[in-house]
Amino acid sequence: MTVADVKPSHRIVGEEIVRHDAVEKVHGRTSYAADAALPGMLHAMLKRADVSHARLRAIEIEQAKAIDGVVAVLLAEDVPNNRIWVDVPGQTVEVGALKAFQNVLADRVVRYHGEPIALVIAESEDAALAAVDAIEIDYERLPVIDDPVRALEEGSPTVHESGNLLTEWVLEEGDVDGALRDAPVVVEDSYQTQFIDHAYLEPEAGLAWLDTDGVIVIRASTQVIEHFRDVARILGVDDNRVRVIAPYVGGGFGGKEDMTVEPYLALAVRRTGRPVRMVWSRQESLQARQNRHAVRMHYRTAADEQGRLIAQDIEIVSDGGAYAFLSALVLLYSTTCAPGPYRCPNVRINSRVVYTNHTPCSAMRGFGAMQVALAYEGQMDRLARRLGIDPLELRRRNFVEKGDTLAIGQPLPTHVALPELTEAVEERIGPRPVPSSPHKVVGRGFSCNFQSYGRCVWLDDWSSAWIGFELDGSLVVRIGVPDIGCGQASSLVQITSEVLGVAPERITIHIGDSALNPLTGTTTATRQLYMSGNAVLKAATELREGLAGVAAELLATETEDVEFSPNGVHPAGEPERVVGFAALIAACARRSVPWQKLSVFNGPKGVPWKADEQWRGRVLPDFTYGCHAVDIEVDQDTGHVRVLRYVAAHDVGRAINPASVRGQIVGAVAMGLGQALSERVVFEEAQNLTGTFAQYLIPTAVEIPDVEAIVLESGEGLGPFGARGIGEPPVGPPVPAIAAALHDALGITLTATPFTSERIAIAIGEQNRAAD
Amino acid sequence: MNISLRLNGTPVDVDVPPHWTLLRTLRDRLGQTDVKHGCGEGVCGACTVLLDGVAVNGCLVLAVQADGGDIETVASLADGDTLHPLQQELVERGAVQCGFCTPGMVLGALEATRIGAAADRAEIRRSLAGNLCRCTGYTTIVDAVEAYQQRVANEVSP
Repeated sequence: MTVADVKPSHRIVGEEIVRHDAVEKVHGRTSYAADAALPGMLHAMLKRADVSHARLRAIEIEQAKAIDGVVAVLLAEDVPNNRIWVDVPGQTVEVGALKAFQNVLADRVVRYHGEPIALVIAESEDAALAAVDAIEIDYERLPVIDDPVRALEEGSPTVHESGNLLTEWVLEEGDVDGALRDAPVVVEDSYQTQFIDHAYLEPEAGLAWLDTDGVIVIRASTQVIEHFRDVARILGVDDNRVRVIAPYVGGGFGGKEDMTVEPYLALAVRRTGRPVRMVWSRQESLQARQNRHAVRMHYRTAADEQGRLIAQDIEIVSDGGAYAFLSALVLLYSTTCAPGPYRCPNVRINSRVVYTNHTPCSAMRGFGAMQVALAYEGQMDRLARRLGIDPLELRRRNFVEKGDTLAIGQPLPTHVALPELTEAVEERIGPRPVPSSPHKVVGRGFSCNFQSYGRCVWLDDWSSAWIGFELDGSLVVRIGVPDIGCGQASSLVQITSEVLGVAPERITIHIGDSALNPLTGTTTATRQLYMSGNAVLKAATELREGLAGVAAELLATETEDVEFSPNGVHPAGEPERVVGFAALIAACARRSVPWQKLSVFNGPKGVPWKADEQWRGRVLPDFTYGCHAVDIEVDQDTGHVRVLRYVAAHDVGRAINPASVRGQIVGAVAMGLGQALSERVVFEEAQNLTGTFAQYLIPTAVEIPDVEAIVLESGEGLGPFGARGIGEPPVGPPVPAIAAALHDALGITLTATPFTSERIAIAIGEQNRAAD
Repeated sequence: MNISLRLNGTPVDVDVPPHWTLLRTLRDRLGQTDVKHGCGEGVCGACTVLLDGVAVNGCLVLAVQADGGDIETVASLADGDTLHPLQQELVERGAVQCGFCTPGMVLGALEATRIGAAADRAEIRRSLAGNLCRCTGYTTIVDAVEAYQQRVANEVSP
């Protein structure tokens, strides 16, 4: 029996069960990374660069070391291998050209404001803080590079010796110049997005200690327990001497995909042999952690009179900040998704990501695919206005369909529900609102998007899961999934319960431990339900197969005839003739039939990407599609935008827990609205000025309206029971939807996020002056 | 400095440095880790506790200022494993995702309900503006507080 053959009753898959972790959390019982402590524990803290680009002439640490309670101060030369390799962490070893690194502690040069220079280890946080303040650094200032376009100019100063160009993707399909020349309609514009912080409520934190056999254990807030390998490389020990545990994480959104506290904790434990805790301040989290890439885009889009796309000519320049991290992959996602979910025969894309002295950029929910939605949807709206066609109708004339191939060579293997999604939001958004006062106007905007779930196919992604019964008939799931708040663990329990019948209350899931759990890969790339869900489904299905045979024997029936239910196993239609799980496991033991199963699920494979303009192929497993609609009210005097109503529809294939699915959609909409309207990381000469939540404005309950999530279930997805991933995709449409609504309300085209009150008020003023 | 508190109904004496905040004292001296440190600057609300029945940010109150005070944290609300009705509404409506804002959110919402500042959805939203959440988009939290408020209103005037 293969996974595809399982025809579950959907007894519990599709039910809105209460997540077991939610109960613990609302009690306040969940132990997050910073909540754990050990006797004799030391405290570690980083001295970070105060400037954005400088040579380190001298680092004076003697005064710091003399402070009472300071145990050690480490510098670059104290790190065995002072390199953090970023080669797409997790289940893979080779990514070739996408390999990048940064220093654990700054080595001779600092390239961004906040770069770690020295690691202080002390008996108390107060002593550590005093020591950080006492470290004197003699900087030789270097020219600051804070504009990615100027950074590419001939003669620009450089961030790294290799030059400022980090990665470039170039591709052309068809004859773009010819099509643009001959097309009846061409629309053209430039778009720009800002730097965004993840702004999870839980700052980066961890506790580490030395365990038996010389194993360093790091219990940290992370999306990737497989970083144990990266830590081992830094320490110069075998991979199996480092163990990473991820407790429930207080928000990730991609910001805990790269390592945070892990290498510093490991170095401190190695140096002292004592337990060490490190908790970053909000200021460190906001100023010194990776951001979402700020992207500049220029689009020329050609269409025929009916609005069918003929050509897209796309240029992208992305600001990667001071170190590469995952920039190359983020840009690949931008490049793959740049034309939008629209058919187009002639496409040219030139995308570049550039080093600057800004805070490094890396993964964030939406991962390059969300920024380009502002541009491709802006172009569709512009085209619709030029041709006098309804914006959703224009999109419908161009939607990709199942079986199509994107310009980069990416096939679309499953159902594309965009037509149904547009109909659903049009119907639900309802009648147009009326302005609440004479100086206010209302506007409505629509947008569509698509984003992948699962990792690049050439990474040979895999997940593994272990499921086993206890002798009393309760069930255990072991899987190395970090749960970052989306219900990863709970959904896996639900899938297990569906297949094996055992009630969720009788299932315990052990997660997030690189030593004691089967590894299952990163909680990133909208991949956990897809990959880990399939691994759990496979393990449960294979386990069930063996148990069903024994049960059939006990029940004197056929294997195909047995049903698994919360009380045990019974012949179909005869629930009273049940064998309890404890009795069944005892029977298995007597027959030496295993009641435990370890299974591996492999994702689709692909041809590795090469640095070659001719390369075409499948980049990602599959996509999740969406359509959003928003109504806003704009105060024409102040430019203030109030979001009145929001509807977001996505085809999730199959909703394992619809409440969790809606939670992902609504939460992502709020994050997207923050990007559209208020959030921005502000730099001056590459100095990060947004170090508090009073300066970096994420939306509060007042700014976000009631968001209605529409969950479509096409049944076509590559995940368990036909599920698609939903964690990241809904963050894309809010920005273009707000841009469209602003144009609808004011007749003004705004192309640079965030659309703050100031920017809107200035644009209204310019429009009024032009009209005078 | 020596201070005395009532912490979730139990009297405690604790010796703290004068510059320590109530938040730090609760977490690092008294093991009360259900109170979360989110920003340390009084903006996110994750460290909300009730001090003499009033919701305060634990990071903005010095421990010595709370001397003699009655502190309630989220851990005081449930009766063993039986959740407080507001907590029950939150979990049933999917209003808990990463959960890091939840303890502060619960206490902020509870106070808003107690003082009559949660009469409708708009009021609930204003009352929760001091408790940031990055996961849920707030809609389900407002749903839960609204349902709890209605439950309370029905109990008062059956």
